[in-house]
Amino acid sequence: MEQKDKPILLDVDGLSVSFATDRGPVRAVSDVSFRVHEGEILSIVGESGSGKSVTLLSLLGLHDRKTTQVQGAVSFRGQHLLDLPASRMRAIRGKEIGLISQDPMTALTPVYTIGWQIAEQIRAHEAISARAARKRAIELLGEVGLSNPGEAVDRYPHQLSGGMRQRAVIAMALSCNPALLVADEPTTALDVTVQAQVLDLILRLRKDFGSAIILITHDMGVVAEVADEVAVMYAGRIVERGRTEQLFSAPMHPYTWGLMASIPPLSGARLPRLRSIPGMPPTPETIPPGCGFAPRCAFVQPACAEPPPLHRAGDQAALCIIDDTERPALRRAALPLEETP
Amino acid sequence: MSAETSAATPLLSARTLTKNFTVGKTLKPGSGRTLHAVDAISLDVYPAETLGLVGESGSGKSTLGRCLTRLYDITSGQLTFDGADITKAGTAALKPVRRKMQMIFQDPSASLNPRRRIRDMLAEVLRVHSIREGAAVNARLEELMELVGLRREYLDRYPHEFSGGQRQRIGIARALAVEPKLIVADEPVSALDVSVQAQVVNLFGDLREKLNLTYVFIAHDLAVVRHVSTRVAVMYLGSIVETGETEALYSRPHHPYTEALLSAIPQPHNRGRRERILLQGEIPSPLSPPAGCKFSSRCPYARDICREVRPPLTAIASGREVACHFPLE
Amino acid sequence: MVFAVLQRIGQMIFVMFGISALVFLIFFATPGSDPAARLAGRNASPETVEAVRKEFGFDRPLPVQYAIMMKRLFITQDLTSFVNRGYKIVPAVASAAPVTLSLVAGAAILWLIGGVFVGVVAALTRDSWIDRGLMALALIGVSMPVYWLGEVMNLVTQSRFHDTWLFSWVPALGYKPLLVDPVGWFKTLIIPWFTLAVLYIGIYGRVLRANLVEAYQEDFIRTARAKGLSPARVMIRHALRTSLIPFVTMFGLDFGVLVGGAALLTEVVFSLNGVGRLTYQALLNLDLPMILGTVMYASFFVVLANALVDVVYVLIDPRVRAD
Repeated sequence: MEQKDKPILLDVDGLSVSFATDRGPVRAVSDVSFRVHEGEILSIVGESGSGKSVTLLSLLGLHDRKTTQVQGAVSFRGQHLLDLPASRMRAIRGKEIGLISQDPMTALTPVYTIGWQIAEQIRAHEAISARAARKRAIELLGEVGLSNPGEAVDRYPHQLSGGMRQRAVIAMALSCNPALLVADEPTTALDVTVQAQVLDLILRLRKDFGSAIILITHDMGVVAEVADEVAVMYAGRIVERGRTEQLFSAPMHPYTWGLMASIPPLSGARLPRLRSIPGMPPTPETIPPGCGFAPRCAFVQPACAEPPPLHRAGDQAALCIIDDTERPALRRAALPLEETP
Repeated sequence: MSAETSAATPLLSARTLTKNFTVGKTLKPGSGRTLHAVDAISLDVYPAETLGLVGESGSGKSTLGRCLTRLYDITSGQLTFDGADITKAGTAALKPVRRKMQMIFQDPSASLNPRRRIRDMLAEVLRVHSIREGAAVNARLEELMELVGLRREYLDRYPHEFSGGQRQRIGIARALAVEPKLIVADEPVSALDVSVQAQVVNLFGDLREKLNLTYVFIAHDLAVVRHVSTRVAVMYLGSIVETGETEALYSRPHHPYTEALLSAIPQPHNRGRRERILLQGEIPSPLSPPAGCKFSSRCPYARDICREVRPPLTAIASGREVACHFPLE
Repeated sequence: MVFAVLQRIGQMIFVMFGISALVFLIFFATPGSDPAARLAGRNASPETVEAVRKEFGFDRPLPVQYAIMMKRLFITQDLTSFVNRGYKIVPAVASAAPVTLSLVAGAAILWLIGGVFVGVVAALTRDSWIDRGLMALALIGVSMPVYWLGEVMNLVTQSRFHDTWLFSWVPALGYKPLLVDPVGWFKTLIIPWFTLAVLYIGIYGRVLRANLVEAYQEDFIRTARAKGLSPARVMIRHALRTSLIPFVTMFGLDFGVLVGGAALLTEVVFSLNGVGRLTYQALLNLDLPMILGTVMYASFFVVLANALVDVVYVLIDPRVRAD
């Protein structure tokens, strides 16, 4: 794989995040490790409460320091982000790491024009005149496909449609040519046809700007279309990770199977029933000590009360007791409609 | 119309149903503009079918749902339900209609009183419509809980003690309490996590079998609609652009918008193998829809006539209608 | 734009008409009360009562009475007090207005600065001892009745410590016109300003803190932080700027009501002959024309303040601007 030859941009090792609550500390993210190579798209998939957004906010130092405790090591271009003083972290945020938020309706400050907000970010990191920053903002808005950037730059967020706002948010995240873009559910709030446009834009930008992207989403379809690498999160842990093609053609973890089987197909025969996962995802307070998925898993064994081992198959790995010999049969039972292309 | 459906009488029937809203009205004479949220839609819902209503934001699908259940007053047109004209029915006349037609919403927690137990809330519904008396009430409540897959002990809990999926089940139980024939469900699963969404989708299917229900299922998720619906209507800017039996419509869309919509959905099985039709721009404001065909401003195949003459919804095959001058083959 | 202004003026006239009619009806059309008899005094002869009735037109139909009253109040401006015969209403209100305006405007500047300071510092140091201390002080400020605080201030500055270096500059109670004696104006008002402002600093500080804490939950604050902005810039340019919108509404209403006479207790305690004091005395004496005059004046300012809030809204919130 050519990606493997590229240098590592971000290396997260053993990241754990706990919140202080009235009933003592609650662990929302446990022992999460992943790497992002330069120019690569890593997708973190999970349902609400899986810890995917928490992981991302603590990487950026955007968590509430009073109530949140972050452990582990995060190395970005050789700098240990978790140990950096706040002022050094600020210099990295927005300049080397850009954030794209989920809901473009609320991600922009309502009382300033989008040009002002983009220029504000540029001027926070570069000594540049207001006029030059504005000119850059117009160029960026053109880059992200706004049809009339010279006019859009003076618009307020409420005067733009959802898709245009998300483009503006992306333009802002790109404004300082970041090496890493972090996108938290960037298309969830958008209509399908607009989502297609924005995904296309993200792929094009990766090509043009060469930024690596961490894409957080709950939508397996989005993952399949854009990601190079996938990490599936459940109950605060990465339960499976691997290259996208492998993960979709031979998923290893029962949760991944369940997630894929829960999505009704758009083509082929219609199923009489969907294969759903019984129960519901746990909240951080109710994550069981052993395997987090055990209470909902169809293949649960007594051994699942203990922390599950990590099984590897090439670049792919899963936190599950099921071993390589029994896995294919169980997978066929869980995912009967698995297509063989 | 296909042979079997044309023989049946529709349960719910809308003719040139229109719902306008006035926006930006001030004291100034002539101010305010008319928003045609539902623009002269004609539509039939047949007994025991599930009609999927799909569209993006601004398509008017939710407004149409609320007009069909008469939660909204109708601006013009005609609406018949179970043989009776309910276009102008008042509160009293609607009470018996509400027993036969119920609505389920996207966010059930907004419609659950946080200070009332599930038991009291459901019992009230039974009492208002005088459906059960005395001890039969409790038996019915337990039956309802069983129907929607909740434990009967949950009757004595408060809404905040439930998860999103469970709350949606309670919303369904409340709709079922009056033993309706027709349920209009507005985005009932879109707020739920994928794994829980599949459970609720299955519940809809089970209930249809068990209780012989008819659904109007409104959603933006085309995969879910394909799974639950027998027939689908695609909406764009307040109009229906295409209707058809589910499999036929999904496998061979005749309207360019349906085609683009289907191709826009990211699919796990289609990585790198699919030609996506990228529509330019976004849905125009319903305040100023394009002249002629409403989709003409984004349609890759639009010609001059499309920008001048609005195509009517016309039957082009059995059970298949499309509003396009140049329907796709 | 022109239409919006006209519409606003139309609303103002309508509100003032409604209020004046209501006040008029309460005092002049309540069954069992004969304004002429009350005017004429307790032991007046029927002839005197009749004469008074003629003079004020109380024998004519109600709408005519109302019209006469309004004409004398606004057009000829010669409506006189019932209690102090010959004392004209309009000049009395006009001379009291600058006193109230001076008091309220000065206090408003103090409380805006103080409220923003308390709110911002408390929100920045949320849940620390600074935050708790400020909130406790704010609560004390809100809980101290203004007449009590005023008397204490008077006690301290006018008698107990008046002879010390600290308060020897404080002049005797009363009002000095701004144009005649600017320094005296400032000196006499500084203690009343402070007294009136304490309550509002407490209220505004607490409200602003709550607004700011809420604003920090918003996505756009997360965006601002993710942009790498400094905490001060995130607070001032993003959180404070958007929290100002509810703040302005509150300020407009409070300011309008106070200028309209609600600063009555402060005026009484510091012997300032403002509109509040005028209203208070008119109410004590049931001086109907004076009550009518001051109520009209108050409603004018409340409506005006609301109109100004709307204008400021357009300036600070682009979302209410017409496209």
